[in-house]
Amino acid sequence: MRQLVIGAVLIVALAVFPLFSPWSTVILTLALCEGLAALGILVLLRAGQVSFGHGLFFSFSAYAVAFLATARLGHEALVLIPVGMAASGLLAAIVGLFVVRYRAIFFGMLNLAISMVFFSLLEKLFSITGGADGKRVPRPTFAGIELGREQFELTIFYLTLVLAIVAALFVARYLLSPGGKALEAIKSNETRLEYLGVSPRKVLYGAYVLSGLLAGLGGAVIALVSGHVTPELAYWVRSGEFVFIAILGGIGGVAGPFLGALMFKIIRGYAAVYAPETWHAVLGIMLLAIIFFAPAGLFGILSGKLGRAVRREGGQ
Amino acid sequence: MSAILEADDLNLRFGGVQAAAGATLTVRANERIAIIGPNGAGKTTFINLCTGYLKPQSGRVIFDGRDVTRLSPRAITRLGIGRSFQIPQLFLDNTVIDNLLLALSAREGSWSPFLVMERHPKAEEMWELLELVGLRDIGDRVVRELPEGMRKLIDIAVALALEPKLIFMDEPTSGVSSTEKFQVMDTLTRVLDARATTAVFVEHDMDVVARYANRVAVWSGGRIALEGTPEEVLNHPDVLETVIGVGV
Repeated sequence: MRQLVIGAVLIVALAVFPLFSPWSTVILTLALCEGLAALGILVLLRAGQVSFGHGLFFSFSAYAVAFLATARLGHEALVLIPVGMAASGLLAAIVGLFVVRYRAIFFGMLNLAISMVFFSLLEKLFSITGGADGKRVPRPTFAGIELGREQFELTIFYLTLVLAIVAALFVARYLLSPGGKALEAIKSNETRLEYLGVSPRKVLYGAYVLSGLLAGLGGAVIALVSGHVTPELAYWVRSGEFVFIAILGGIGGVAGPFLGALMFKIIRGYAAVYAPETWHAVLGIMLLAIIFFAPAGLFGILSGKLGRAVRREGGQ
Repeated sequence: MSAILEADDLNLRFGGVQAAAGATLTVRANERIAIIGPNGAGKTTFINLCTGYLKPQSGRVIFDGRDVTRLSPRAITRLGIGRSFQIPQLFLDNTVIDNLLLALSAREGSWSPFLVMERHPKAEEMWELLELVGLRDIGDRVVRELPEGMRKLIDIAVALALEPKLIFMDEPTSGVSSTEKFQVMDTLTRVLDARATTAVFVEHDMDVVARYANRVAVWSGGRIALEGTPEEVLNHPDVLETVIGVGV
């Protein structure tokens, strides 16, 4: 219930904000994209596993979109997004076969290592990928209509919002299902899971592919909205940001990663203006504060406040 | 009665310790076999060998006519061997209900992401299992908050939820209060009979052994030292001295 209330308030605020502040459209879209990738991190964190390499799926999808758009193979946003997402899902299905055999630090580091290999390829294969300069992504049509920049940005924003809602609802449902409980059981007791006749590896594999699809969805949209992709999307800092966002927002509910992504954008935006030399330190202090004082993240704080308010109402 | 499980000459050494030294046991359908013996005799190792947690260095385990010696615990569970543990193995951060429903989902293979646990089609069976172990009232409690005795019962209920043909129970009554011990075993026996489930259980309480087992195997040094009916075994001078602690 609390999750629904927090989600509904967040959706309404997000839906209305760009109408009054058009400058925020792209920033909010970027936040939603990062929120989607962090939602993928949340799925894995439920199993007690943390990936420091989800930039791989984020960037793979973004580059898939960039290649298709430049090659004019798919010049339609409604085609490019699912294709980019599917490309990342496929990559997650391949990488997952290997990484789900490992747990804890090995799982995290393997993801990091693979994403850094991809980052290097993006940088070194200049003739194909454009190297450090990256690739431009020409603005595609939307449902066959050529839109102006502002219209396109607003349309993509609302599409992303809808996709983020659908993704969050799906993940919420999945986490409440037996499969979601089996995923949590990986963190809790793999031995018992084995003795239920369930393969923990298969359970984690399914979650890993879902997680890759979510990061891929974010990557596909970010390629379209920013009109440019660079290897930075695969860099370990980007992967670390997804983990940061997931922890900042909290993994107790699917609204958490999106709250975290919005807060991350706000902190980063203000810190870049008021503390341009030390904004990383601001982020670090923020993360420390969350870990020590609110380990359930922003979602936990809001959820707790809502719970107390409901109890007060009930008591009156 | 036909043999449901045959453990034949199982050997396993950990460093200098011979945990299983030619362990051999035939379990016939619908039997209730109690395994007794001093600590460190290899009773739990035997269960671990039969359920795939450990692999023997030699020997084999045949279940229902199939060699399961090298199979994973998962594969063995799917073939119909369930187990409960000396230290209950549960999902501590989940509720009792979730623990049982997950077991029922595993049995039924129901993994749809659109199936919400609260509306699980096997919810009724889950409540019956909780009723069986006398824990219906604590279904929505998180397992971590519960005392060891209750966890033990939930562990057994989880194993039973899989409807195994054969169940291994490692000290099913340890942690259960002495007043409830017989009540739990009465109910358990009733369920095992109703489901035609064969049971092998490790037990230290000789009253429980005498009352509920129809065969007793005395473990010593990683193998069976003595085997027979409860009357034969529990009155044997060696058992009285080494297991029960009564000098004769």
